[in-house]
Amino acid sequence: MKGIITVIGKDKVGIIGKVCTLLSDQNVNILDISQTILQGYFNMLMVVDLTHTHTDFVELVDKLSELGKAIEVDIKLQHQDIFDSMHRI
Amino acid sequence: MISRFEVQETNKMIQEENLDIRTITMGINLLDCITDDMDKLCNNIYDKITSKAENLVSTGENISKKYGIPIVNKRISVTPIALVGGATKAASYVPIAKALDRAAKTVGINFIGGFSALVHKGCSAADTVLIESIPEALDITERVCSSVNLGSTRTGINMDAVKRMGEIIKETSIRTADRDSIGCAKFVVFCNAPEDNPFMAGAFHGVGERDVVINVGVSGPGVVKKALENVKGVDFETMCEMVKRTAFKITRAGQMVAREASEVLGVPFGIIDLSLAPTPAIGDSIAEIIEEMGIEMVGGPGTTAALAILNDCVKKGGVMASSYVGGLSGAFIPVSEDHGMIRAAEKGALTLEKLEAMTCVCSVGLDMIAIPGSTSAATISGIIADEMAIGMINAKTTAVRIIPVEGKSVGDQVEFGGLLGYAPIMSVNPYSCEKFIARGGRIPAPIHSFKN
Repeated sequence: MKGIITVIGKDKVGIIGKVCTLLSDQNVNILDISQTILQGYFNMLMVVDLTHTHTDFVELVDKLSELGKAIEVDIKLQHQDIFDSMHRI
Repeated sequence: MISRFEVQETNKMIQEENLDIRTITMGINLLDCITDDMDKLCNNIYDKITSKAENLVSTGENISKKYGIPIVNKRISVTPIALVGGATKAASYVPIAKALDRAAKTVGINFIGGFSALVHKGCSAADTVLIESIPEALDITERVCSSVNLGSTRTGINMDAVKRMGEIIKETSIRTADRDSIGCAKFVVFCNAPEDNPFMAGAFHGVGERDVVINVGVSGPGVVKKALENVKGVDFETMCEMVKRTAFKITRAGQMVAREASEVLGVPFGIIDLSLAPTPAIGDSIAEIIEEMGIEMVGGPGTTAALAILNDCVKKGGVMASSYVGGLSGAFIPVSEDHGMIRAAEKGALTLEKLEAMTCVCSVGLDMIAIPGSTSAATISGIIADEMAIGMINAKTTAVRIIPVEGKSVGDQVEFGGLLGYAPIMSVNPYSCEKFIARGGRIPAPIHSFKN
């Protein structure tokens, strides 16, 4: 099962580090990561593999969202199926 | 692999353009609750609904989190109560409405539909009891929605019932006068009512359906409007392609949610209803789409053609995205729920007559229209008869949800609150149809009903 994580917010030190630490603690594997900074705004897209995590998907959504609040960026985890279903025939 | 652009496009639709799953509606068959004792019937109904829909709300919330897409409403539709209550021989079905309301509150849903009767050819004793119970039921319950099917292309129009509906709507309006006649906002009459519509106030669980089923309503007028902003000035073919592509994407999101909800709840999936349904929020409006197509203000010349294009393209895109598109599917034009429609009505650009013309080409009918409280029952019946005739002759679903607001007249405004929005009181043609409505009987089925 794959998930897409998007992180958007004002750029600062340690965003990637903190997100990656959380994911590694939850045994989530990062498959792809791309990041840009646009006019001081941090914009990251991650594709992650959730096959080996023991945490429930919805719980993980909450954990990431809480982390986002703590470091003042918007972190979203969504199941890949929503993008596949909307953009692939 | 999904591209960054695709992820951004989806999330922009959700965050900025109000793409949402408008409703997950669980249809529940109540025929196995039937008994001749009213108390026992009410208990059976309450127990069945609360056990089948126990996890409906939490499942909706979890799916919403998993995919990051809002699921605005979780609702329930039930077998038309006139079919369930008959055996009790009771003089009123208000106790059943109360049981439905209680069940809705217990499972945490905001509306339950199916306090309904299907009388397109005639009324049974139970149908009459149900119809007579409507004003009180809508007054004392909070979440119960009611509907009556008055006609169909196959059977013609039951004009006795049409006549009574004008009076029932007036009674409901007077009973709920202290709340701006809100009772009428929870009541709709149909011609050719679909049995699997997940949208309120007209949802009910048809007798041809399974025991329990999940139907999903998707929406997103804001997404279509934004898509059209990108193709300003192009020809109709290109514009239509854009609407179709957008409708496809929206429907696919709904299809996915429907499948997941059906799987998690262990309830079979019924249909996706792709209806562009506005909300009072800015950027979530059908009027804005029509204006984006090039009409200065909705209601102006060209409006009906623009709406026809929209409705048709939405269906074409939706049908490509899911094999089980059903319900009403198209574009809704509820006046009080669409800020663009409200503005146009205030300016006089949008009149009742233009709305009637628009209903010939869109998915439902005269919806959430506030009219003066002084409007006579016969005039309301006349408005209903016109709309039913459009449905009957054109073999489409039409509906009327009209609110004569007690104590208010043209120039006043009425606030229903929440998703129901607010509306200016619209003027009604003053000439009488009393003698026409007083005739009684049934309008015969049209010639094209003899398709065999």
